[in-house]
Amino acid sequence: MKSIWIITKREIASYFDSLIAYVMIVLFLGFSGFFTWLFGNHIFMINQASLQVFFSISYWTLFFFIPAITMRSLAEETRSGTIELLSTKAVSDPQIVSGKFLSCLLLVIVALGCTLPYYLTLLFLGKVDHGAVMGGYFGLVLLSAAYISIGIFASSLSNNQVVAFLLALTIGIFFHVLFDVMAASFTGVMGEILNYLSARAHFESISRGVLDSRDLIYFFSLAGMGLLLSQTMLSRRNWQG
Amino acid sequence: MAIVVENLTKLYGSQKAVDNISFEIKTGEVVGFLGPNGAGKSTTMKMITCYMAPSQGSIRLDRFNASEQPEEIKKRIGYLPENNPLYTDMAIVDYLKFCAELQGVEKEQLSQRIRAMIELCGLTRERYKKIHALSKGYRQRVGLAQAMIHDPEILILDEPTTGLDPNQRIEIRKLIKELGKEKTVILSSHILPEVEATCDRILIINRGQIVADGSAVTLRQQAQGQELLELNIEASNGADVRAALLDLAPVETVQPVEDKQGFFRLQSKPDTSSRKAIFDLCVEKQWYLMEMRGIETRLEDVFRELTN
Repeated sequence: MKSIWIITKREIASYFDSLIAYVMIVLFLGFSGFFTWLFGNHIFMINQASLQVFFSISYWTLFFFIPAITMRSLAEETRSGTIELLSTKAVSDPQIVSGKFLSCLLLVIVALGCTLPYYLTLLFLGKVDHGAVMGGYFGLVLLSAAYISIGIFASSLSNNQVVAFLLALTIGIFFHVLFDVMAASFTGVMGEILNYLSARAHFESISRGVLDSRDLIYFFSLAGMGLLLSQTMLSRRNWQG
Repeated sequence: MAIVVENLTKLYGSQKAVDNISFEIKTGEVVGFLGPNGAGKSTTMKMITCYMAPSQGSIRLDRFNASEQPEEIKKRIGYLPENNPLYTDMAIVDYLKFCAELQGVEKEQLSQRIRAMIELCGLTRERYKKIHALSKGYRQRVGLAQAMIHDPEILILDEPTTGLDPNQRIEIRKLIKELGKEKTVILSSHILPEVEATCDRILIINRGQIVADGSAVTLRQQAQGQELLELNIEASNGADVRAALLDLAPVETVQPVEDKQGFFRLQSKPDTSSRKAIFDLCVEKQWYLMEMRGIETRLEDVFRELTN
């Protein structure tokens, strides 16, 4: 655990040193704030003291921002050769992947934490369903965890950051939209499977404040699977030429 | 801490990068890996440092086995990879702290170890600089500092002096010599005099196999086989010195040296020496023996012979 935290600290410092963290947080706040408060179906338009609009916007903004954070995680290490340096220290491959995962997740949590003033503002506007707000934030964290692990897996497949970014979006779009769309065209077991694989239904359920074990299992297994595959790809040097 | 490598093989696809090599390195030995590019030196080092698993064979460090306890082995090894990869966005002190923490250096010893390495590698003035702002020589020093930060029992240095100027090379050589007094050191290099100057033992690797193993002196002797002498004889009476030398029993060949009057290169028959016979001949014929010296085979020649 200590090694994971050491890697996490270095990664976070690197995000803030290279301005990635600031750019990501500012863009995230800018986009989500604009659509939550000023444009389209914003809070004043729907006339409800609810952050549902913010959660729906974040569902999309995080989908694009997370690959931008994760694309360098393993791709850059492989390209620059520092993976050899890291792997020959007293750490295992799962610890390296976990450290990278945790740093990205913490960065997203910081970005989400910066939107707390939205919640405080809402308290002045009317009666707030606190459970739904907490559920919404929790849903975003779970969704981010799943997409981060997909992003890290994509980053383990290539040593080019742009390729890693596009791969992460390509894999992510299936869970984000495509399974949902495909589910509508199928009936029976296939339709149910596709529906279960879609992130939207699970996210919407949690963001309404309903904690269902099926939703939790979905996000945890997606994140776990991504991390396992990333670690497997990282260890391929042991059996590949 | 001794290293025992047994029947080590690494396959890249169908190609054998390392082909069934075995060797043992004792505690406190400084061993040089020599070999042409692609010979398997770096691959062997990568397997010893647990970066990649061997296709076959085993690596042991005292009681630890690389396949079963890689973490224990990694803690005891300091490694400078080829091309010296570094996190260039970090300042030297932060980078060394990161490496020390990962290698399990105790919190109380952290700052003392970092200070010691910064002094040892001559980085005091640059210690707060970001690594990307450093010259290649200083980066190499940072690479060495990170390898030694946790005071490992074994140091593995893949081409440690690449990119350094002659003064820096001499400094690093001195440092390796100094470290070799108490640590086991394995280094690889293309610079043969460097290996000769720093290593107690040399392993020459070619096409994944060990083709020679021994000290520089032993390797030269093995390669030399027959005695080789260079002579300068002054014969005033115009006698045929070459013919007279060839008549001596232990002499096999005599060649005059080009552009040097009175100089000859002489090879003795196997397991014999011609020195006394030459001296006696000069006394008998009243020639002046101005110079007689043995020609040593250079390590370059040994290397070329074994790897060509």
